[in-house]
Amino acid sequence: MLDLGPHASFIIAAYGVTFVAVAALVLATLDDDRKQRRKLAELERLGITRRSARPTVKTSHTVKTAAKPKAARTPAKRKPATPRKTRS
Amino acid sequence: MISLANPTRFLSLVDRVVPWLSAVVVIVLGIGLYLSLFVAPPDYQQGETVKIMFVHVPAAWLGMLGYTLIAIAALGTLIWRHPLADVAAKAAAPIGATFTFIALVTGSLWGKPMWGTYWVWDARLTSMLILFLLYLGLIALWQAIDEPGRAGRAAAILGLVGAINIPIIKFSVDWWNTLHQPESVFRMGGPTIDPSLLTPLFVMAAGFTALFVLLHLIAMRAEILRRRVHALQQTQVERAALAEA
Repeated sequence: MLDLGPHASFIIAAYGVTFVAVAALVLATLDDDRKQRRKLAELERLGITRRSARPTVKTSHTVKTAAKPKAARTPAKRKPATPRKTRS
Repeated sequence: MISLANPTRFLSLVDRVVPWLSAVVVIVLGIGLYLSLFVAPPDYQQGETVKIMFVHVPAAWLGMLGYTLIAIAALGTLIWRHPLADVAAKAAAPIGATFTFIALVTGSLWGKPMWGTYWVWDARLTSMLILFLLYLGLIALWQAIDEPGRAGRAAAILGLVGAINIPIIKFSVDWWNTLHQPESVFRMGGPTIDPSLLTPLFVMAAGFTALFVLLHLIAMRAEILRRRVHALQQTQVERAALAEA
């Protein structure tokens, strides 16, 4: 048996408070995590998803995504410079 | 490292790390408790009450570490405006507050048989109480403002201002004449504690730190998911309003 001396009640109280506070923190953290997962799953079940989480639309030739059209992403080509007219 | 700053990649990392880290926490804390309660000898002056040190000191360290983390994250929020910085700070606050609470209560329970009183308004005890109140203030601020971005910036300012308290806690025993004992572990000239008591203390500190990291990762994951839920609920409301119009 553990002999904690004349101040055993203080030692037991200190470890008891630590255990209760840590247990409450662990349970509250896990409960919050579980709650948020459940809420997100519920919204996704209703078809409300983030843009990045939406499935891509596959066609026979290409994979279309919500990305901008290619033309908008590449810088517009400059017109070739017209040769300066020189006076002869 | 930079790729982890992406919330989706961070979530996948947390999912992989949490089971392993949980096992580490259980094993290290189990060994630490065994060493603290059954192996560590009584102190020549304090007797068996020295066992309170094995929970009091790691809790105080982690209370300070949590606030230091919040102050660093506050810089991330204010300078780089990184969303994960605010998430990290918000997730650390309740964990740091709990460890500070444990340090205050166990310190008080240690003080009564050793000093003859549960509480004195000396510099170390008062600055630790201020740390606990700062944590409560930060938690209240996050709860009071609905919009996460605004709440994050306000909390970041308070977090940075409150960081001045951390060196005050650390050096309070050197700067002022306190009832609290002077620094006895991290000091110039090495620890003044006997290795038979220092080993259980370090094992418990390692276990508590692993627990802090584990809970912080889970709380950060919950916070990221909460913000996604909030954003999706707003989308749902906007769609319903558009459908009605």
